[in-house]
Amino acid sequence: MSLLSFFTRKNSAPVARDRLQILLAHERTNGEGQSELIAKLREEILEVIARHVTIDRDKVQVKLDRGASVSTLEIDIEVPGLKLAAAKPNGGAAHTAEEADSKSGADKAEPEAASH
Amino acid sequence: MAKVLVVTSGKGGVGKTTSTAAIGAALAQSGKNVVVVDFDVGLRNLDLVMGAERRVVFDLINVVQGDAKLSQALIRDKRVDTLSILPASQTRDKDALTPDGVARVIAELREKFDWVVCDSPAGIEKGAQMAMYHADEAVVVTNPEVSSVRDSDRIIGMLDSTTLRAKNGQKIDKHLLLTRYDPARAARGEMLRTEDVLEILSIPLLGIIPESEEVLRASNLGSPVTLSNPESAPARAYFDAVRRLQGETLEMSVPSERRGLFGKWFKWRVA
Repeated sequence: MSLLSFFTRKNSAPVARDRLQILLAHERTNGEGQSELIAKLREEILEVIARHVTIDRDKVQVKLDRGASVSTLEIDIEVPGLKLAAAKPNGGAAHTAEEADSKSGADKAEPEAASH
Repeated sequence: MAKVLVVTSGKGGVGKTTSTAAIGAALAQSGKNVVVVDFDVGLRNLDLVMGAERRVVFDLINVVQGDAKLSQALIRDKRVDTLSILPASQTRDKDALTPDGVARVIAELREKFDWVVCDSPAGIEKGAQMAMYHADEAVVVTNPEVSSVRDSDRIIGMLDSTTLRAKNGQKIDKHLLLTRYDPARAARGEMLRTEDVLEILSIPLLGIIPESEEVLRASNLGSPVTLSNPESAPARAYFDAVRRLQGETLEMSVPSERRGLFGKWFKWRVA
């Protein structure tokens, strides 16, 4: 087996070259703005969603997968009990209803966005 | 006219200080008046690599802050009398290097020397920016390895945007120095080839320094490799690089240690 893997072992340098070319193509076009862009997208998307749904800001995941031609931006937001934010200020009686609602199980919404 | 050269890389441990010492010494060995300046405040090592660690009295910070005259801080090399060292300070205060102070010292060095070779600290922070700010030319030291190439790309971007020349709309000459190169491994596809690195970074190649035991031996002895063993493969590679730096056109090759009975230099041709 070790003899076989010795002969079938692929050269690693071309892999290094290809990975670098893809990475640097992105880093050059986006530069230092890249991390800011993701932070900005995160904030603005959360702002829009928070207008309609109550969300926990600690339960938001932003993932970026950069490919040669297409990149995907995945935003995973956990929404506890999917209730309308507008229903919140009703107060009083609504409070117990809310608690019961959250016990009935947290729904998970997974909006996905793709950037090219 | 004096030239200010920064030796930089982004990544640490790729051979900036070794290359600064070797390039500075090789320039001085060719008869030029040279000063090597250590910008690595807090982690000075150029003095140690050059064998001058016991002669440091004043340093760059003392001169920048006006506590010492430049002539008091400069250490003349004992082996090559046209070579001087301006050591860095061991202070932990990162703000000790003021832009105005550095500008004044560089201007004064330009009057005294033909070449001012600045050894940059690793990273992209203030220290590295200070080291490259006044440079006319830059040597980007890169290992044939992914993290080093990526960091070099970043540094090249900074050279084109944050230096004084860039701000004045002038261009800064950038040269790639590929260090710790193993031509045999590159030929076997185990290491990025010179062409790969050149294609990715697209700046002209100044030289290829082969991986060699002589480099560690030189730093053990406190001597630039071009002085400790001028016939060694890395020394010959540095001599060639320095001739290119001075405008000569030479065939690009990777020197290797003498082999065979006839002591013929065995060279790896590079495309």
